[in-house]
Amino acid sequence: MFEGITNSLGDALGGLRGGRLTEGNIREGMSKVRQALLEADVNYDIATEFTDRITEQATGDKVLKSLKPEEQIVGIVYQELVQLMGPVDHEITLRRGEVTVLMMCGLQGSGKTTTCGKLAKMLRDEGAKPMLVAADLQRPAAIEQLKVIGQQIDVPVYSEDPASSSPLQVCVNGRKAANQQGRDILILDTAGRLHIDDELMRELEQIDNKLMPHQVLLVCDAMTGQDAVKSAKAFNEALEIDGVILTKLDGDTRGGAALSVKGVTGVPIKYIGVGEQLDRLERFHPERMAQRILGQGDLATLMETAARALDSEEMELQQQKMMEGKFTLDDFLKAMQQMKKMGPMKSLMKMIPGMGQIAGAMDEMGDEMDPDKDVRRVEAMIQSMTLDERQNPERIDRSRRNRIAQGSGTDPADINDLLKQFKGMSGMMQKMAGMSVKDRMREIQKVGSEAMDPAGPMRREKQRSKRGPADKNSVRDKRKQERQRAKQARKKNKRRK
Amino acid sequence: MGLFDKLKSALTKTKDVLRTDVRDLLKAGEILDEQNLEKFHRGLITTDMGVAAAGEIVDELKEKFGGRTVQPDEIWDIVKNKLKEILRGEGDCRWDITDPLSPLQMADEGLSVILVCGVNGAGKTTSIAKLASFLQKSGKTVLLAAGDTFRAAAVEQLTLWAGRLGCEIVTGEHEADPASVAYQGVDRALEAGADVAIIDTAGRLQTHQNLMQELGKIHRVIGNRLEGAPHETLLVLDATTGQNGLSQASKFSDAAGCTGIVLAKLDGTAKGGVVVAIRQQMGIPVKYVGVGEQLDDLELFSPDEFVDALFAET
Ligand SMILES: Nc1nc2c(ncn2[C@@H]2O[C@H](COP(=O)(O)OP(=O)(O)OP(=O)(O)O)[C@@H](O)[C@H]2O)c(=O)[nH]1
Ligand SMILES: Nc1nc2c(ncn2[C@@H]2O[C@H](COP(=O)(O)OP(=O)(O)OP(=O)(O)O)[C@@H](O)[C@H]2O)c(=O)[nH]1
Ligand SMILES: [Mg+2]
Ligand SMILES: [Mg+2]
Repeated sequence: MFEGITNSLGDALGGLRGGRLTEGNIREGMSKVRQALLEADVNYDIATEFTDRITEQATGDKVLKSLKPEEQIVGIVYQELVQLMGPVDHEITLRRGEVTVLMMCGLQGSGKTTTCGKLAKMLRDEGAKPMLVAADLQRPAAIEQLKVIGQQIDVPVYSEDPASSSPLQVCVNGRKAANQQGRDILILDTAGRLHIDDELMRELEQIDNKLMPHQVLLVCDAMTGQDAVKSAKAFNEALEIDGVILTKLDGDTRGGAALSVKGVTGVPIKYIGVGEQLDRLERFHPERMAQRILGQGDLATLMETAARALDSEEMELQQQKMMEGKFTLDDFLKAMQQMKKMGPMKSLMKMIPGMGQIAGAMDEMGDEMDPDKDVRRVEAMIQSMTLDERQNPERIDRSRRNRIAQGSGTDPADINDLLKQFKGMSGMMQKMAGMSVKDRMREIQKVGSEAMDPAGPMRREKQRSKRGPADKNSVRDKRKQERQRAKQARKKNKRRK
Repeated sequence: MGLFDKLKSALTKTKDVLRTDVRDLLKAGEILDEQNLEKFHRGLITTDMGVAAAGEIVDELKEKFGGRTVQPDEIWDIVKNKLKEILRGEGDCRWDITDPLSPLQMADEGLSVILVCGVNGAGKTTSIAKLASFLQKSGKTVLLAAGDTFRAAAVEQLTLWAGRLGCEIVTGEHEADPASVAYQGVDRALEAGADVAIIDTAGRLQTHQNLMQELGKIHRVIGNRLEGAPHETLLVLDATTGQNGLSQASKFSDAAGCTGIVLAKLDGTAKGGVVVAIRQQMGIPVKYVGVGEQLDDLELFSPDEFVDALFAET
């Protein structure tokens, strides 16, 4: 996502890096940025205001006369991006003896039902006891779909016969069932609807009033164009939504909707969907996203993905083997299979600082430059070896080599290359693995901190007060409680009307 | 409700927004200056037609009318005609109101096969049901093949529609090879002497190369079973889609050679303007529009009415 924006920002800022900075070429650069934002489906007014704000700050004396104005401008863009998308509070508070209710809503086909499953899985993996409610009585096989998903993630689904029930009734009874069964989170899957369909919007409001969900989440397709802000606004006006979940970000959409929704509704994006599988949900971090947009990678997400997808015991075992120089081709195969669980190589590359453009270029070249294809080829080669050969590659002679090549549909020369590379690699790995964990962390941090600080010189000015994290949390909690109270009061008033 | 009325009512809310955005921008007697052009540009962008197409129109207006006094009707005529011309194309597609099947390419005799593809949640399965109903009303016998063997309850969804339509359906196991389901679908349709077989496929994002290869394979396998098939490969496009629609049209065409578009969910506030850019750049025509979730909510596309309704006054 966002490649288009990244590239044009890169061009514009790169252009600025070249010559002497003047008000004129900053304005020109920013008008290119605006064009790119519009091509990425950013709302027209948001795009215009965004570039205007940057231009205004960037053409000030303070920036132009500073030592490194281009860095300052990157810093300004970063801050503006973060402000445009954030701040985000991902917390879903659980209260003892009370079922926390989350309600999903959105246009048809945006991804509500799938996201219900993803969110339930995420919460369950974190120790909660979720339950799903099939409140879509409208779309053919919607209940069945949620049931299948519930089965896949081993989360109970409450449903009723659509012929003798109503969405409101299912939700009310669903909460009762959750209480009885000791579940602590209830996720309501509602039917897709148009924001201009008064009758169906009223139905949602009824559920909202009756169940008073702790959070109402709008599920929004990331490929949406200029209409995104319109529907988000309408849903927000009807339901006072607490967050947006942006789905289908695993494609090549430039995701301009993401940059617009918060600006227009004031409601932040909380989660993003990055695949059809039920583990493809991530928390949305405006800072990280801003870094990615600026082409500076996202190591934090990469680490989290690794922690989630990789089998830590297996990894440790492999590490041990590397250190002892016992890392075999079989282990290599296992390591590759682990890597694959983290997602396509190119999407991983995009999270590494500086690699995004390379991955982008690979995208352009299509099939020829697909690192995953190489991985699959190497996999096939190793899989065509016997276990003995994998452990003792020196035994692979010419005839074995030919057999392996034939089995994997490759060339004997390819097998040779693989064996040579593997030999070189194991030496290096042994050295790396020999480093202490601390040393390695330091290395990673070094790369990370350089990459993660695009604000650079701007940072000092914007630094927050030095209050400790505990303090910050309590402030946030308090604010949150106040918001909750206000919301409930509002709703009570609404009902009285 | 007649076709024009229905399309118009589907676009009513659209127009309300659009009117404030675009119609009111050009007031008789004003000068068409940079500021007015900028406002006009904004209005066009809001239809999702894209920066290129909008830019072209604004440039043309600037050249012809820049600095002159605005004659709204004259300007609107130019804009509308340009859009209609683009959407109509060069005679490669027919939309005959008296024959709702006119845009479809059908086999000269015997079975015609329609392959339906698109990104996740675009409206493929629902559009298939609607299209089948359309065909049935024209006296054709239809068979459906549930080629989405991946998504939870996708087969059940299409099966329910088949039940309502009273038409035959061919299904495979969950996670069965979709190409083999497609093959069996064509096979069975030939055997049963059906007029049209419609093949549903799983939603896929056009950047997932393995899934696009799978679609290519489905397309090939259908051709292996019946020469010249599929006769139509329809891309279902969600009308709310922005500029990503271009990438969808191009990559789905690469994989399966799209011959037409079904523009679904045009009953919302989205304008679906990206089809203008798609038609302009890739030549793929819109054949039908979806205006609701029920069986009857499919309409024959009409370039003229689409553009007129988009800019209609009330
Ligand atoms: N690639 C991708 N597909 C997704 C993602 N989230 C959902 N989908 C797919 O999008 C399609 C629609 O998802 P659903 O969950 O059925 O959407 P919905 O909003 O419940 O749809 P309705 O109930 O019909 O309004 C399905 O094919 C999902 O597999 C995502 O993050 N990435
Ligand atoms: N308002 C409206 N909703 C539509 C239209 N066409 C389809 N839908 C709804 O959009 C949602 C998704 O439709 P599907 O037909 O399941 O979409 P799909 O492309 O088959 O989805 P996947 O198979 O999951 O990729 C459903 O809730 C449909 O009822 C339309 O023209 N207007
Ligand atoms: Mg659903
Ligand atoms: Mg479907």
